Amino acid sequence: MPRVMGLIVAVFIGWSAPVWAQGNLNLYCSATIEWCQPIARGFERETGIRVTLSQKSTGEMLAQLRAEARNPRGDVWWGGTGDPHVAAGEEGLTQAYESPRIAELHEWAQAQWRQTEGRTVGVYASVLGFGFNTELLTRKNLPAPSCWVDLLRPEYRGEIQMANPNSSGTAYIVIATLVQMMGEDPAFDFLRRLHGSINAYPRSGTAPITAVARGETALSISFVHNAAEERAAGFPVGHAVPCEGTGYEIGSMSIIKGARNLAAAQRFYHWVLSAEAQLAASQEAKKLQTMANRRVPLTDGAPNMATARIIDYDNARFGASAERRRLLARWDREVGALPR
Amino acid sequence: MFFGSSFFFWMIAALGTLILPWHMQQDGVSLSTLMGLGAEDAEAASTLWQALHFGRFWFWPVIAALALALPGALPFGSACTRGRVLIIAGSFGLLSIIAQGFAIGIQGWNYPFLEAVFGELQDRQFGIGLGGALGFIGFLVLLTDGLALRGYFKGDRFIAGAVGVLIACIVIFTAWPVTTILAQIFTSQGDLGVADAMAARLFDRKIWGLACVTSTANCGVFWNTLVLATSTATAATLLGLCFALIVTRTSFPARRALRLLTVLPIITPPFVIGLGLILIFGRSGVVNQLADSLFGLQLGRWIYGFNGVWLAQVFSFTPTAFLVLIGVVEGISPAMEEASSTLRASRMRTFRAVSLPLMLPGIANAWLVVFIESLADFGNPIVLGGSFGVLSTEIFFAVVGAQQDFGRAAVLAGIMLVIALCAFIIQRVVIGGRSYVSLTGKGDVGLPTPLPTLVRRMAYAIALPWAFLTITVYTMALAGGFVRVWGRDWTPTLSHFKRAFALEWSASGALILSGGAWHSLFTTIKLAAIAAPITAVLGLLAAWVLSRQRFFGRTALEFALMLTFAVPGTVIGVAYILTYNLPPLEITGTAMILIACFVFRNLPVGVRSGVAAMSQLDKSLDEAAVTLRASTFRSLRTVVLPLLKPAIVTALVYAFVRAMTTVSAVIFLVSAQYEMATVFIINRVINGDYGLAIAYCSALIVLMMAAIGLINLLVGSRRLGRRQAAALIGGRA
Repeated sequence: MPRVMGLIVAVFIGWSAPVWAQGNLNLYCSATIEWCQPIARGFERETGIRVTLSQKSTGEMLAQLRAEARNPRGDVWWGGTGDPHVAAGEEGLTQAYESPRIAELHEWAQAQWRQTEGRTVGVYASVLGFGFNTELLTRKNLPAPSCWVDLLRPEYRGEIQMANPNSSGTAYIVIATLVQMMGEDPAFDFLRRLHGSINAYPRSGTAPITAVARGETALSISFVHNAAEERAAGFPVGHAVPCEGTGYEIGSMSIIKGARNLAAAQRFYHWVLSAEAQLAASQEAKKLQTMANRRVPLTDGAPNMATARIIDYDNARFGASAERRRLLARWDREVGALPR
Repeated sequence: MFFGSSFFFWMIAALGTLILPWHMQQDGVSLSTLMGLGAEDAEAASTLWQALHFGRFWFWPVIAALALALPGALPFGSACTRGRVLIIAGSFGLLSIIAQGFAIGIQGWNYPFLEAVFGELQDRQFGIGLGGALGFIGFLVLLTDGLALRGYFKGDRFIAGAVGVLIACIVIFTAWPVTTILAQIFTSQGDLGVADAMAARLFDRKIWGLACVTSTANCGVFWNTLVLATSTATAATLLGLCFALIVTRTSFPARRALRLLTVLPIITPPFVIGLGLILIFGRSGVVNQLADSLFGLQLGRWIYGFNGVWLAQVFSFTPTAFLVLIGVVEGISPAMEEASSTLRASRMRTFRAVSLPLMLPGIANAWLVVFIESLADFGNPIVLGGSFGVLSTEIFFAVVGAQQDFGRAAVLAGIMLVIALCAFIIQRVVIGGRSYVSLTGKGDVGLPTPLPTLVRRMAYAIALPWAFLTITVYTMALAGGFVRVWGRDWTPTLSHFKRAFALEWSASGALILSGGAWHSLFTTIKLAAIAAPITAVLGLLAAWVLSRQRFFGRTALEFALMLTFAVPGTVIGVAYILTYNLPPLEITGTAMILIACFVFRNLPVGVRSGVAAMSQLDKSLDEAAVTLRASTFRSLRTVVLPLLKPAIVTALVYAFVRAMTTVSAVIFLVSAQYEMATVFIINRVINGDYGLAIAYCSALIVLMMAAIGLINLLVGSRRLGRRQAAALIGGRA
């Protein structure tokens, strides 16, 4: 009846028996299904290894990894924001691996790999910025924002949305970015002043840009590629990368500790870092993020990590759960609890 | 004598322990692998063979219990001795099955102290399978038979067995996972110790804060949830009652359509209602734009926060209240109303003093069900909540959000359970201890009294605008499946349906299901069709046991049955994988975990509607059957069940529909092999692909309508010995 159970039994029994067929890979994927599928199919075509794909958001996937810690069912975890990957590494849920392709990657991807002692590697990056509804701005006769300080303009009062950092990794990256750019106290001062202009802190990270697309709010602090995707879907959405500089999120990959198909997982890891694999999958899924391999050209309309002023994001410090808890508690105390 | 004694169940236990493979089989059980005696592989062997041939000593107690039970199972000797033997052997068998399952897992001994006592174990075992399940059931029934023989449960084997099975189900599939997750409260956090971490989580301003009373800051989630659930439950019960009265007690021409209409929101994944409301009442919605262009009014963003969530929840849960109430309102015997009119009471007085009080159990049940649904609702607050947080969203984000704090989730889940418990107690105090019997066996009882004019007008005034609003929201929402970009580009298109449900013929003429939705659709239908009858049977059995039998621990059982309902889906999902990912019960990633989740999440509605319907049936009906020497089982089957048809329909429909529309619980439980329709839809929504999501939803709605029609047809309606006046009741659905 249960194939998963069968796999386990097969693996345990299989220690003495010869290895069967081309093998299997249990791929845990935290990007959108449109992106996960071409990757899984591409790997199957390339190697003949059968991929069983399971798609969940990063937070849900981390919860699942924890629940399965004593009896892991996944082999490799691809995609989704980096912090949960880093947290999983801290908790010993993932294992280190070194692929010869590490040298082919952009510096930010290599940096994450070094900082996590090889447990997690960057596979794509998304830049933080603003999304705005062009129609609504025209109707209200408002200028489009281009810098962080613009957000404090009085005419934007009640028009900005940002996700709740307690629930959304995106919003936490906003705080971490501001702290790294301005220093901690000025950053919280900025967030306090911004608080008056914000009409809601929705719980999900993509909710603000969805609200912008549907004209429910004029501005949002979001990932630039999300704004570009809404625009591609036919909504009047524009985006900007802040002039003072901005932070970014690294979509990451880790090999799960205790992976049953370790060899297949390592082969996948190696394959998916290649420029060909990254290009094919991201084009099929129409993704606008920057890919980790340096040889992948930038998609049209995608924000350029090279020209935007990107800060040197300190993943080791801001990905650690103690620092995260401290900053979130401070945000709760000094910003979230204030009346508007 | 074969069925009269416990020998049949002894044979089942023997089959499970001696013959069938005890553990779960990798490729499922087929005829050729059924023989576990003499199997070459330890994992495919029965307990006897594993103990004999593979040296798995921990199965000897199970086999010993089986041998011990045999004299009790045979119909010789005094009932008293047999009962004692069965109790001892049955409980010994159950205990040894449980003990070996927990003690030895996939890495040998599960607990370090066992390893210290017995030394390292060079063996391991996986989760139990067919043999284990049959063995467990066999020993369980032997135990309950023994109890019945000793005179417990009025000496009735059927009642004893039913109670035993129910308790075992609740303990395994509800109490165990809920305890597992609540135990997470006692985890330490960072540098804080267990006690400090627990105190920090429990006395959190974000839970209990009252800042919103005095300023514009947000209140704690506890107060948000409580106020929201109370107001949703009250409004939805009122609306549901209006609909139930109109459908059963008036000659309103479109009664049947109304019946369908009120079922509609149940069969829709919740975010559709939320998004439909945004399109109508949102800042760029129809109403706002009209108000702006006609009166120059800026209505703003009032839909986000409490108002919007409340509105969407009332939309979502009125049908639930309606489903619970309709059986009750239909079931009220007209005899008392006729007596009241004969005594020259006005219609209004009859309604107030007779009909309404008789509906009270139904109203209280509907209120409780909606209250708890509102507590656990996740879809609406997430779409419309804005900054407004409730317990269910907080729990979700405590688990999966930036904090990733299982302990906090467990604390919040605990608070939610306490609220549910309080509501449950209040409900019992309100309706407890009174009689609501109105269906008796005394033949023809007259015509239902029409509603008093005032009440009728009020019901119309409340229900009809609501029905109109429902149609509007649905039209707006479902239009999304037929236009290019929902809310933006309204050019009609069928491309979304094509992407979801495309069919192709291959060169050889075979049909290829090339649409993306087929796989999840078939899985969903299959699992829902398996789960619904199980839910209905268990739910009604539980309802019958709860309302007809008196035994020790009945109230505790009743509360335990409501438990999964009060826990939000996310918590149940995580609890299920935490609990069932390891032996003894290793069902993660299988269809079984999904079915178990559906059955035990939806059981409460089956139980509540059954209890409500049962409290109207005069006990003398079953007593008459028992006096005529029918067995308990026979009186249940031939007397009670036919009178419960509305409750059966409710339970079946609800279970089927909810199995197809649940999101939050199953998102953790689906695997690549068993993908559910709702998870597929949610992934589309997250990706902003509303067109495909809504196209899929509308296909699901049509499908569920068909299923509801089919269930109604198969079960049929209950035939009460009442005259049918063509003018008043003619053409009842």
